[in-house]
Amino acid sequence: MLEVSLQHYLLVAALLFAAGVGVIISRRNAIAVLCGVELILNAAALNFVAFNRYAAPAGRLDGQVFTIFIIILAAAEAAIALAILLNLFQQTNTVDVDEADTMKE
Amino acid sequence: MDIDFGTIMFFALAIVAVVPAFMVVLARDIVRVAFWLLASLCGVAGLYILLGADFLGLTQVLVYIGGILVLILFGIMMTSKDPLHEKATASGKRSPVTGLVTGALVFAVLAAVIVGVGFEENKGVSGGEPTTTKLGEVLLTDYVLPFELVSVLLLFVLCGAAYMARRRREDAHA
Repeated sequence: MLEVSLQHYLLVAALLFAAGVGVIISRRNAIAVLCGVELILNAAALNFVAFNRYAAPAGRLDGQVFTIFIIILAAAEAAIALAILLNLFQQTNTVDVDEADTMKE
Repeated sequence: MDIDFGTIMFFALAIVAVVPAFMVVLARDIVRVAFWLLASLCGVAGLYILLGADFLGLTQVLVYIGGILVLILFGIMMTSKDPLHEKATASGKRSPVTGLVTGALVFAVLAAVIVGVGFEENKGVSGGEPTTTKLGEVLLTDYVLPFELVSVLLLFVLCGAAYMARRRREDAHA
């Protein structure tokens, strides 16, 4: 019988991470790049929860606490990133990461 | 054939998490990107619950799907002129193929490490009892400093985001 183990979860997280890297590499819209960052953060959080389930001493929840902090920081990062993108859009009328190459007008 | 329910659920949720994640790379326009991300986040939330982290699974749904994804959709609404017909990717240097190849290479390295290391697992770890009470205790004892710091950080982020995203008046009366 196939037993689901830690490795299975780590492989799923690795696939999510790879997809996130692929999004960041290939997308031009900055909001899509932000989606890729969210995928990568999710992969890291999934690793924490999987290690907490399979490799932590019984009764410890440190991995889950770290995941809570990851989710909080992801929310903060998304809010700030979108505020920056709105500013960028007001100034340059685009959110294309290839065209946002000037620091000052 | 004695495949237990947990195994079936794991593979079902893994597919729900991973396939939409790669559709985020391949999707045509930016709105579809956001909705494929929604599906992937739902799969990850299911995996959390399967791992015995019930509180985290629900937090994932509330914060990611109810918060971050709505924020992303608002961002799309406010920054693109024609979101459903705007090409999110261009051909050439930044094509989905580039992303997929890079992703495959990254995954190959990670998979080699994961399979090669062979982590020690402790068998028969208890799971299934609610974690919310214990998480609350841990957050207010062992992790009370990061907990308070992160709450201050959230306050700053709230003020900073509201300040940065406000509409500027060029013809201010002052």
